[in-house]
Amino acid sequence: MGYSGLRVIKEGFFGQKGWKPVWRDPAPKAAYDAIIIGGGGHGLSTAFYLAKEHGMTNIAVLEKGYIGGGNVGRNTTIVRANYFLPGNSEFYSHSLKLWEGMEQELNYNVMHSQRGLINLFHSDGQRDAFARRGNAMINQGDDAILLDRDGVRDILPYLDFDNVRFPIYGGLYHPRGGTARHDAVAWGYARGADQRGVDIIQNCEVTGIDIEDGVVKGVQTTRGVINAKKVGIVVAGRSGQVAAMAGMRLPIESHVLQAFVTEGLKPVIDHVVSFGIGHFYISQSDKGGLVFGGDIDFYSSYAARGNLPMKEHVMDAAMTLMPMIGKAKVLRSWGGIMDMTPDGSPIIDKTPTEGLFIDCGWCYGGFKAVPGSGFSFAHLMATGNHHEPAAKYRLDRFRTGVGLMDEEGTGSQHNLH
Amino acid sequence: MRITCPNCGTRDRREFYYLGDALALDRPAEDAGLGAWDDYLHSRDNPAGETRDLWCHEAGCGAWLIVERNTVTHAVHKATLAEKVKR
Repeated sequence: MGYSGLRVIKEGFFGQKGWKPVWRDPAPKAAYDAIIIGGGGHGLSTAFYLAKEHGMTNIAVLEKGYIGGGNVGRNTTIVRANYFLPGNSEFYSHSLKLWEGMEQELNYNVMHSQRGLINLFHSDGQRDAFARRGNAMINQGDDAILLDRDGVRDILPYLDFDNVRFPIYGGLYHPRGGTARHDAVAWGYARGADQRGVDIIQNCEVTGIDIEDGVVKGVQTTRGVINAKKVGIVVAGRSGQVAAMAGMRLPIESHVLQAFVTEGLKPVIDHVVSFGIGHFYISQSDKGGLVFGGDIDFYSSYAARGNLPMKEHVMDAAMTLMPMIGKAKVLRSWGGIMDMTPDGSPIIDKTPTEGLFIDCGWCYGGFKAVPGSGFSFAHLMATGNHHEPAAKYRLDRFRTGVGLMDEEGTGSQHNLH
Repeated sequence: MRITCPNCGTRDRREFYYLGDALALDRPAEDAGLGAWDDYLHSRDNPAGETRDLWCHEAGCGAWLIVERNTVTHAVHKATLAEKVKR
């Protein structure tokens, strides 16, 4: 049944008793046309678009935990398309367009809020770099406005503009950037996929991948063997372990990225703001909590919790940028496991095994890519051809050195992103 | 997280710079071929559990260390001087 304002009012008269679970809890079948390993945002959107765009409905999503329990429910919910390099630029542009139609497409309120994103700069050199980035965004067909100091002051009056070390020179404003409610995105795609016949199987861990003569045959799971002609690996931080089941070693190292939220406050931060010096960015959730984060801890980790040095760095940056934040209390912090590639850009590609596909390497930027990644990965799995906006996300770019996408310009090796 | 440097004793993680998997010590021969160099530079076991990686005690003695630790628990077991392991 569809959601609408009328339905909400109607349920109000009947004690809200008419709401039913929106996806089934099926037992796995013996065989499917395709299996998606990983029921995170990217896996669920892949299943949704396989069903919707390619008519593949005899498929299953296998999730070892529960839907929404991984990185899709642990991120800081930023949605944007402010990339610079060819390859990334067209991909995130496509993904943002899917975001803008997502609620209608899914009939689900994901609270997508295009409140605008401002990347601050603090020197003449940084202004030049952001002007160039803004031009690349406009060339891609997206929106970018270079704000001077007064322009930033108009919309973000609470910042410390005259900080002695890091005065604010201006900012690159991306009005269509914003936030969304992250777990609603997982639930919306799960519901949409389930409505089209996709089996979403939770508490089902894949323990092996069956390959015969270089062709994938199916997977071993904690709930038995499941056969399939096509298998897609979409497991983010666990990509190394699942790829190893197919005899692959990936150009990926898993790292921990921390995030923080304060107690709920009255509306104070209306945009997404990122500091141009320390790695720090912040927004305010609809519940009122200030949600912020910084850089990865910079050592390989699967702990899903971080250490104190990065917490200190993030708090330092927060106090430098907006001293008022010192009045707020941090309610909790947590960590997610990031699949980091050497150049900081993702992979959507075939593997050397026929019928086995992989979508990974989203580093710390996977959330905004949820619709675009699923759309492009579904295209690749269904047709065998790369989807144009994601065509440069090749697995072999590290081996050949062709088409590396080092967005930060820091180099293409493991400890740099 | 603390690491016990063989030269300096137990020090805070802030003093150390992380490079990555200790396979960086196993440099292939110049003519080993593209595959071997790709593996060396990019491919990783990326273990969830025990690992050996290279850290530099950059705010201390400057030595490169091979640190044995656990990526799931963050327990640090042992650090040895890379120069002693390499030769």
